[in-house]
Amino acid sequence: MSAVAEEYITEDGRKIGAVVMEMKNITLKFGGVVAIQDISFDIRQGEIRAIIGPNGAGKSSMLNVISGFYHPQEGEVWYKGARRPTMRPYQVAAQGIARTFQNIALFEGMSVLDNVMTGRLTHMNTNMFQQGLWYGKARAEEIANRQKVEEVIDFLEIQAIRKTPVGRLPYGLKKRVELARALAAEPSILLLDEPMAGMNVEEKEDMSRFILDVNDEFGTTIALIEHDMGVVMDLSDRVVVMDYGKKIGDGTPDEVRNNQDVIDAYLGVAHD
Amino acid sequence: MRFATQSGGLWEERNLAQPSSADGYASVPSLLKRNAIQFAEKAAYREKEFGIWQTWSWSETETEIENLALGLINMGVNPGDHIAIIGRNRPYLYWSMVAAQMAGAVPVPLYQDAVADEMAYVLGHCGARFVIVSDQEQVDKVIEVQGELHQFEHMIYLDPRGMRKYDHSHLHEYSHVQEQGHAARDELRPEMERRIAELDYDSKCVMLYTSGTTGKPKGVVLSNRNIIEAAKSSAEFDNLRAGDEVLAYLPMAWVGDFIFSIGQAYWTGFCVNCPESAETLTTDLREIGPSYYFAPPRVFEGLLTQVMIRMEDAGRFKRNMFHYFMNHAKKVGPSILDGKPVGAMDRLKYALGNLTIYGPLKDSLGFGRVRVGYTAGEAIGPEIFEFYRSLGINLKQLYGQTEASVFITVQPDGEVRADTVGVPAPGVELRIAENGEVFYRSPGAFVEYYKNPESTADTKDPEGWVATGDAGFIEETSGHLRIIDRAKDVGQMSDGSMFAPKYVENKLKFFPNVLEAVLFGAGRDKCVAFINIDLTAVGNWAERNNIAYASYQELAGHPQVLDTIQSHVEEVNASVAQDEMLSGCQIHRFLVLHKELDADDGEMTRTRKVRRRIVEEKFDDLIDALYTGKAEQYTETEVTYEDGRKGSIKATLTMRDAKIVPVSTKVAAE
Repeated sequence: MSAVAEEYITEDGRKIGAVVMEMKNITLKFGGVVAIQDISFDIRQGEIRAIIGPNGAGKSSMLNVISGFYHPQEGEVWYKGARRPTMRPYQVAAQGIARTFQNIALFEGMSVLDNVMTGRLTHMNTNMFQQGLWYGKARAEEIANRQKVEEVIDFLEIQAIRKTPVGRLPYGLKKRVELARALAAEPSILLLDEPMAGMNVEEKEDMSRFILDVNDEFGTTIALIEHDMGVVMDLSDRVVVMDYGKKIGDGTPDEVRNNQDVIDAYLGVAHD
Repeated sequence: MRFATQSGGLWEERNLAQPSSADGYASVPSLLKRNAIQFAEKAAYREKEFGIWQTWSWSETETEIENLALGLINMGVNPGDHIAIIGRNRPYLYWSMVAAQMAGAVPVPLYQDAVADEMAYVLGHCGARFVIVSDQEQVDKVIEVQGELHQFEHMIYLDPRGMRKYDHSHLHEYSHVQEQGHAARDELRPEMERRIAELDYDSKCVMLYTSGTTGKPKGVVLSNRNIIEAAKSSAEFDNLRAGDEVLAYLPMAWVGDFIFSIGQAYWTGFCVNCPESAETLTTDLREIGPSYYFAPPRVFEGLLTQVMIRMEDAGRFKRNMFHYFMNHAKKVGPSILDGKPVGAMDRLKYALGNLTIYGPLKDSLGFGRVRVGYTAGEAIGPEIFEFYRSLGINLKQLYGQTEASVFITVQPDGEVRADTVGVPAPGVELRIAENGEVFYRSPGAFVEYYKNPESTADTKDPEGWVATGDAGFIEETSGHLRIIDRAKDVGQMSDGSMFAPKYVENKLKFFPNVLEAVLFGAGRDKCVAFINIDLTAVGNWAERNNIAYASYQELAGHPQVLDTIQSHVEEVNASVAQDEMLSGCQIHRFLVLHKELDADDGEMTRTRKVRRRIVEEKFDDLIDALYTGKAEQYTETEVTYEDGRKGSIKATLTMRDAKIVPVSTKVAAE
């Protein structure tokens, strides 16, 4: 793969930088099932990178490889110019990679505020006992972190539900709270697993707006999986297409749209 | 009846006899200076942001406003310019209004929820060179129409979010303007002081566009005299003072907000609190606990509906206790509030109720500290009004309009009733014309409609009497004014009897299930009505009775809902029949509309008053069907979504007949 190191500016004026993460010949197997087969692609600084494909194509597995939840049998993950050793998910998170989940994984009984605060865990240095006493350093730390969290709450316009237990929120808002928690970690790469699944048109528009704003405002690199083709084509700078664990396309939305393999995978093709 | 219009000689003579300042303060900037010294460290503004109430003292406020004013002068604002201000209630935008005045310009606040086309008219009409907006949403709207605005030059935005990619040749960030102003302070300060010194009692303070129930909005020019005199006398009337708290949440383009949050706030030095966002309003209200509160009847109705729904869901013990003590409060609460004699046992029971029910309820509504509360704009249902008063909230009514700088009549403490709007406010003279239209003359009466001498002459005569456009009469026993309806809406039916739609509509709207009603019948032999159901109340009822519905439209067309509404209509008919003058206005047929009347579709004004004529044109097929006696009518309606796109709703509406109550032997006077 020819690593293009130069930077460029997109049509809408965003700066896309050098490659920040690179997947090299990743193969992931569960017993005899090959979930991902020899896939390589890269993610560049500041871009919105989409991974699409039919059901069971291996998209979520790929995201789980990036987030350190799965460890591929073959291949390497390169992050910020160095090969990443096998890591636990919390170590990956500490490196500045945050994610949301396809089926929401929030603490239902806790308030929105507390949920978003958990996103700051990687930025806290005091231990449980200090935090329990809430005195001195622990207190100063919590106040500083709370400020960050409030900025995220303001950014995602969820002030009105700040103190509401998450269990009482409608689905669309829960998704937004999950995004808030991921953002609170101030990630350099944000992984979104189907951020718009199950939403109505209006909620999708809101979520798209927020994703674009996050990318624009904080320069966060975003990798997302999404089924809604309209959303993917509108949002992303480059798209990876997967089918049956293989990569069948990679390029700008226009390139992908006109790729015969991709059309076949989505529309089906007569097998002779 | 209109008075002959002559040149303004008389009015000018009257002006000469008027004071040229109030205690030496002839403009809002001069009041700011006074407050910055007198109240220096006291809170002037608060806004909840990032979960915390941020406070600015009067002296900090002065610095902020000065920097902005210097920045505006630096950018080339000239004396007499109009500066449009668009956004939700935030301290920064209130400062913009005063900063504009300090730069010699006139602030023109606009309704922030107006769509781009509506904004284009006002921006074009006032010829604003500078526009100050809150955020990207407003920036986009102005950019969308800027091609039509020949005088538009610069836009200043408050929230930089999402703005980085915009072409910044005409765009400026608020904080940068302030920084530049601050940097140029030494150089520009004398110029600013000169411009402030030039402001006198008769110079323009603000221009507010009327919401335009009919036709295009008109720019009402209000002078410093109008605003300061109105603020001064009303503050004295209700004993408002520094230390009072208000929550600023009503549209900034509305005259009431300008009087409360600028006029009275600067005159008395009380603190203006801005909510975090529109959605957090109830929480913020509760946290602030304002001592002076204003809301249109619709807000009080909404709150009462919520309380009642929540009480229905409460346990039996709590529910019974609530009803027991509320009944007692209804009996003695208003008398205790008015300081009338009440028996010792009743007082004791009321005190107990206050401890267990009224106090906690008031606190959770955010009314725990309200000393003076006002409602105006529409008639308020007597039950709703009594509910709040019986809780011990000093809720009163006032009658006013933009042209009067709000105050025409107000209810003094102890003389509060649901069906009147009070006695003339201090300094206001009232007169009722032959046709029943109310006229007033006051120091708050507006200067003119901007660039519209015909309308000015139509509304205000050379002696300074202003036509309100409302028909009403003064009750002989109490001296209180009672408003019947808009004078032009009061018409005649084909048999010559009086047609006053608002009177009947208000009776309908007092039912929690009815959100809005529109009565037709001028020039016809009988009356018919459109009704909007209240989704909260009817939806809750449907849930309780296991009635499934998928949409507003389906619920609105449900036979059981129609039955309920029919019973309301018939109750109203019975009550209308009691009134000799208006017994002809009983509703013969009605329908429940398939969509809510909405300002985005032009059916209502931004202040949520029905635009009768537009509704009549838009739904003429339905009106015809009502009059021709059809049982059903198919209709298609165009709707506008919040982002300006259009769609259409199709529905088949059921028409119903309502029982008419025979009028008693006396025949209505012709």
